[in-house]
Amino acid sequence: MLCSKCKEKAVFLSPKLCKNHFVDYFEKKVFDTIKKFNLLKKNDKVVVACSGGKDSTTVLYLLKKFHGNVVALAIDEGIRGYRDKTLLDLERFCKKHDIELRVHSFKDEVGKTLDRMLKQKNHPCSICGTFRRYLLNKHAKGFDKIATGHNMDDEAQAVLMNLLKGNTGLLWNSNPITRKVKGFVQKIKPLYFCSEKEVAAYVLLKSFEVGFIECPYMEESFRNKVRDVLNDDELKHKCSKLNILNKNLELLKKLDLKRKDFRYCSDCREPSQSRVCKTCQLIKSFK
Amino acid sequence: MKIFIERIQKTIEREFSGKVKDLLKSVDINPNNVLVVRNNELITEEDDVKNSDSVKILSVISGG
Repeated sequence: MLCSKCKEKAVFLSPKLCKNHFVDYFEKKVFDTIKKFNLLKKNDKVVVACSGGKDSTTVLYLLKKFHGNVVALAIDEGIRGYRDKTLLDLERFCKKHDIELRVHSFKDEVGKTLDRMLKQKNHPCSICGTFRRYLLNKHAKGFDKIATGHNMDDEAQAVLMNLLKGNTGLLWNSNPITRKVKGFVQKIKPLYFCSEKEVAAYVLLKSFEVGFIECPYMEESFRNKVRDVLNDDELKHKCSKLNILNKNLELLKKLDLKRKDFRYCSDCREPSQSRVCKTCQLIKSFK
Repeated sequence: MKIFIERIQKTIEREFSGKVKDLLKSVDINPNNVLVVRNNELITEEDDVKNSDSVKILSVISGG
């Protein structure tokens, strides 16, 4: 099968493109998202939330290419056999591309690795997500934007999960750029319109040395079930994930959903929806 | 044909000649979840593979 733009062999089916045209198509899509949603201003100081996985590594590479100076910020949750491997990949990548890397760990910052926490409690994704968000925001202070590797699949899953759980107030997070809230560094998602498969193909074609490995705790997550439903549906209805995102963006504009006002945690002074934030509550519960 | 399935870190052998999409169906894998590589080259679901080929099925899902 040939590329729809030239006589070379296609390496991707939808769209039908050869290696060079696919790389151009992918980079243009990311660049267009940055422009269309005004994700970056010329002099923005940008930190990229990195895991060493394919998505955040792609964002790191492309923001360095499009925007110039960026810093990689990684959180080591302490997941043996997973995060230690992906962080090694990230260190090598940053060294090769001359990018500053800052790593902060659950162990140093909240007292325990995720592996150890899970001996006391279940719900790995909820614990991990709470601490990761807290630490990323804390260590991104002083930057204008945190860029994350959220792709189209992640975002469509998030929309569906929030609807299923009735968390409509969280739907505004499913945007290429989050709103400005005092105490939070704004998040941007340059891969918002790139499917997980497109990102993986780009990484493979660019020969980035990242492992395609999954978090060992993922099987237990609600997200995983939603991912399977969406991927099965996409086989029958092309573009269903893209439709979810476009409709969500349209609805958000019309509804203008207001986010609850934030208070500030009485313990750590970070933004919180309750007197003591979820992070401080969790830290106390592990003591 | 030798088929390495990265997600379960296993190589399986089976008789197969035909389209990649039918190969994926035969091992019950959703094409949206994977990339298929033959001789270090990315191939599409519409490409043909021969029984003498050796292919890798790479998971595109990461994170958690």
